[in-house]
Amino acid sequence: MYQETDRHRLFTRRALVLGAGQLGMFGLLLGRLWQLQVTEGEKYALLAEDNRVNTKLIVPARGRILDRLGRPLARNVPAYRVRVVRERTPDLRRTLRSLAELVPVSPRRLQEVEEQARSLRPFVPVPIRDDLTWQEVARIAVHAPELPGILLDQALLRDYPHGPILAHVLGYVGPVNDRELANDRDPLLALPEFRIGKKGIEKSYDKKLRGRAGLSKVEVNALGREIRELDRDEGQPGEDLQISVDLELQRFCFDRLAGEKAAAAAVVDVHTGAVLASVSIPSFDPKAFTNGLSAATWRQLRDDPLFPLVDKCIRGQYPPGSTFKMVTALAALEKGVIDPGHEVFCSGVFTLGNARFHCWKTGGHGRLALVQAIAQSCDVYFYDVALRVGVDAIASMARRFGLGERLGVDLPGERPGLVPTRAWKRERLGEPWQKGETVVTGIGQGFVLTTPLQLAVMTARLCNGLRMVRPWFVRSPEAAAEEWPRIELPEEGLRAVLRGMYEVVNGARGTARRAKLPIEGIALAGKTGTSQVKRITRAERARGDHKRKDKPWRERDHALFVCYAPYAAPRYAVAVVVEHGGSGSKAAAPPARDIMTRTLEINPSGADLIAARSRTARG
Amino acid sequence: MQGRLRSRELTFEEKLRALHWPFILLVPMLAVIGYAVLYSAAGGSHEPWAWRHAVRFTAGFVVMLTIALVDVRFWFRWAYVIFVATLVLLVAVDIVGSFSKGAQRWLNLGLFQLQPSELAKVTLVMALARFLHAARLEDIVRPVYLLVPLAMIGLPAVLVLLQPDLGTAVMLIAVGGGMLFLGGVRWWKFVLAGALVAASLPLLWANLRDYQRQRVLTFLDPERDPLGAGYHIIQSKIALGSGGLFGRGFLNGSQSQLDFLPEKQTDFAFTLLAEESGFVGAALVLILYFVVVFLAFFVGMRAQSHFGRLLALGVGLNFSLYVFINVAMITGLIPVVGVPLPLISYGGTAMMTTLMSFGLLLSVDVHRQVRIPRYPSEL
Repeated sequence: MYQETDRHRLFTRRALVLGAGQLGMFGLLLGRLWQLQVTEGEKYALLAEDNRVNTKLIVPARGRILDRLGRPLARNVPAYRVRVVRERTPDLRRTLRSLAELVPVSPRRLQEVEEQARSLRPFVPVPIRDDLTWQEVARIAVHAPELPGILLDQALLRDYPHGPILAHVLGYVGPVNDRELANDRDPLLALPEFRIGKKGIEKSYDKKLRGRAGLSKVEVNALGREIRELDRDEGQPGEDLQISVDLELQRFCFDRLAGEKAAAAAVVDVHTGAVLASVSIPSFDPKAFTNGLSAATWRQLRDDPLFPLVDKCIRGQYPPGSTFKMVTALAALEKGVIDPGHEVFCSGVFTLGNARFHCWKTGGHGRLALVQAIAQSCDVYFYDVALRVGVDAIASMARRFGLGERLGVDLPGERPGLVPTRAWKRERLGEPWQKGETVVTGIGQGFVLTTPLQLAVMTARLCNGLRMVRPWFVRSPEAAAEEWPRIELPEEGLRAVLRGMYEVVNGARGTARRAKLPIEGIALAGKTGTSQVKRITRAERARGDHKRKDKPWRERDHALFVCYAPYAAPRYAVAVVVEHGGSGSKAAAPPARDIMTRTLEINPSGADLIAARSRTARG
Repeated sequence: MQGRLRSRELTFEEKLRALHWPFILLVPMLAVIGYAVLYSAAGGSHEPWAWRHAVRFTAGFVVMLTIALVDVRFWFRWAYVIFVATLVLLVAVDIVGSFSKGAQRWLNLGLFQLQPSELAKVTLVMALARFLHAARLEDIVRPVYLLVPLAMIGLPAVLVLLQPDLGTAVMLIAVGGGMLFLGGVRWWKFVLAGALVAASLPLLWANLRDYQRQRVLTFLDPERDPLGAGYHIIQSKIALGSGGLFGRGFLNGSQSQLDFLPEKQTDFAFTLLAEESGFVGAALVLILYFVVVFLAFFVGMRAQSHFGRLLALGVGLNFSLYVFINVAMITGLIPVVGVPLPLISYGGTAMMTTLMSFGLLLSVDVHRQVRIPRYPSEL
């Protein structure tokens, strides 16, 4: 009994200790709850708000791109999409199969959709097709009751109504890649449906066109399912952008050159530098890029030997050939090593040490001065002049006319071309300059490379009073007010050069007599160019191979023509390059003439061509 | 001596009158709160949890009363058998689990799923109460004598750890330790055991499952992985905190209703309750729980038999550990160990075992005058 009492006393003691412990634990819990709910309640309430509200970006409508008259070149068109929501259909596969019976969906696409739908959260709509026609939309809508979980809706798709005609100028939009995401802090880029400018105007003016993202505050649950919208800010749609291109002229240029395998043409306003048309053949349909290209199409475009994706106007680099002769002449005139009356006798061959340099005219031109040398494009004359003035003076003149450097046109990816100097060759090739290289540089061969747009700008600077215009598609008002700097050159020399260009087309012996304008009273002035892509060996020359018509395409000369009009009051300059087109006078001059004719008919600058005509008549 | 110990059998009517009615009324109150929480957890719906919670409670309530009316000496006599049966079930679960590859805590008995680890918490208390009832003070001080109860605690704890279920294992050890403390084991032995545990922690760490380590690490720093393992704790704290003093109102807990809160119908039911009813509601429920524990203490103190006293306090301790571990876990005081909140959380076995233990408690109280000999053979 004593034992039992002892044990009971011990038990009671211990029970009280344990009970006190339990009381303490409950006190601890109450204290902790007080701390979390009352003391720090506000902090956690804020966190809770954060948890609950999800800010969703709304993609703003992308700005349109318009031509100079406001005709849309790039726009957004509503596309009818059909999507499926997995959780709303009892049998995903059957629903998809029923849909495929109504509108064409490839079995592979069905497979993809099903896999995607099963991998995503069940309430996320999975796109099936986004190019439905109205009839297809109607057919699906009528059968809606048999298609649980199928959603029809509208999205804005980028559309280029003129397809390949403006593909290189406008570029295209496409899904954002990692590099773009890393370089741009705009939250829009993170959205899967956002499309960013990838090429052309779409890229260079992307920020302007894209606008500002709207915000939608949505209450969501932990799974990201939207419960309801709390607040909405529509954001700012992208700005419409007007570019200098004239749609009608652009289309004309494209159609005129569409028969060529590879060609480029540029039309610029010689006073403003506005690019009125810029064409690169072959082209592609930019619409294909909007939703990402199929790998096969992409490979086909990329590997095409005619480079349809490359804008040859700003990225094609060609030896300018004889179109470069004005530069050589002006360099010599500036240095005073010749005057316009300087004469050279052309026997058809120019000899420098052991080397022989041929004129294009096998028999030679005989004795001629500057105007006729240009008109007849005598090579020997310019071999002589180039050697007199030296390559560095030629290069300095070429640069002032916009060759050998990027012109800063507002399109991405412009190439600088190449104007060689002694220093350049030493640095790049580690070899001293050879005199023979000066000789060929004089006729725009050898190392010299130019882009078609550079050639058009060069021509513009020649005829616009030597103002150093730069080409543009979009120009700010501030830039418009700015004066172009001038190239200082002896007046008399320049007049002779321009006269030579006039004679090319209008003279009795000009190389491009066929390029006379069909418009009464307006004269065209220009210069042909036929640039060799392959050195002619002595044996070939002896056989006359270099003049054969059946040379492989790749070995044929590039045909070039640069021109401006009206001669008396210049307003437009055109440059045409036909890759491997053969002779400039046969392959490039006729399309250039037609393009200029059309340009004058449209007369985008609104210049007073009548007055020009009367002046021409007088002069 | 023998004659005095053998008491008169109680009639059914006497038993009914002797039942602790305040306690019996308190228990359904908690279950009703549980019903409301589960109704809210389902977004304002009786399905899928609240209705079944009610059905289970009703069944469990009947079981509780049945157990209460059974003579406490019956439970004394069968304590070891029931305990061994539980161990067998635990082994069975481990074996089935080893076949199904993964954590296995349930035995599918067709009609319902049995979680033997929950059962073990009650039957361990019964077995230890019986052992300590027979132990004399001079036995208790002998270390060798303690090997038997230590094995009683260790065996189910190890079996549960193998499942693996750290939370229940910790609870078994804590309840067992508490019982030994009540039984009179010396203070310094607990200190020694504590030191041993501390020393063996590195070894234990090495043997923990990856998810258990994650839980401990996450507990130490929930921000370590806010969307992964720490998610539960952070979300739970946010939900609690946003409840404030008076709560967001019934069915208005944005955290819980918007599904930020994980397992809100089971382990995190109290979070939902605290978000919607605020500190006031949460404190009220905690006080109700404490009243239950206090009544168990009260029952223990007025019981005449050592078995009864130990059993009542054991049941109270077990219950308060449930509450403490659960609430401490959701408030971020201890790692997430997966212990439900008795009578409120959704879950069959926990509800059943809680009510069974209450049945034993009531049985102790009904038979508080009954004297129990050291061994059943003397009954």
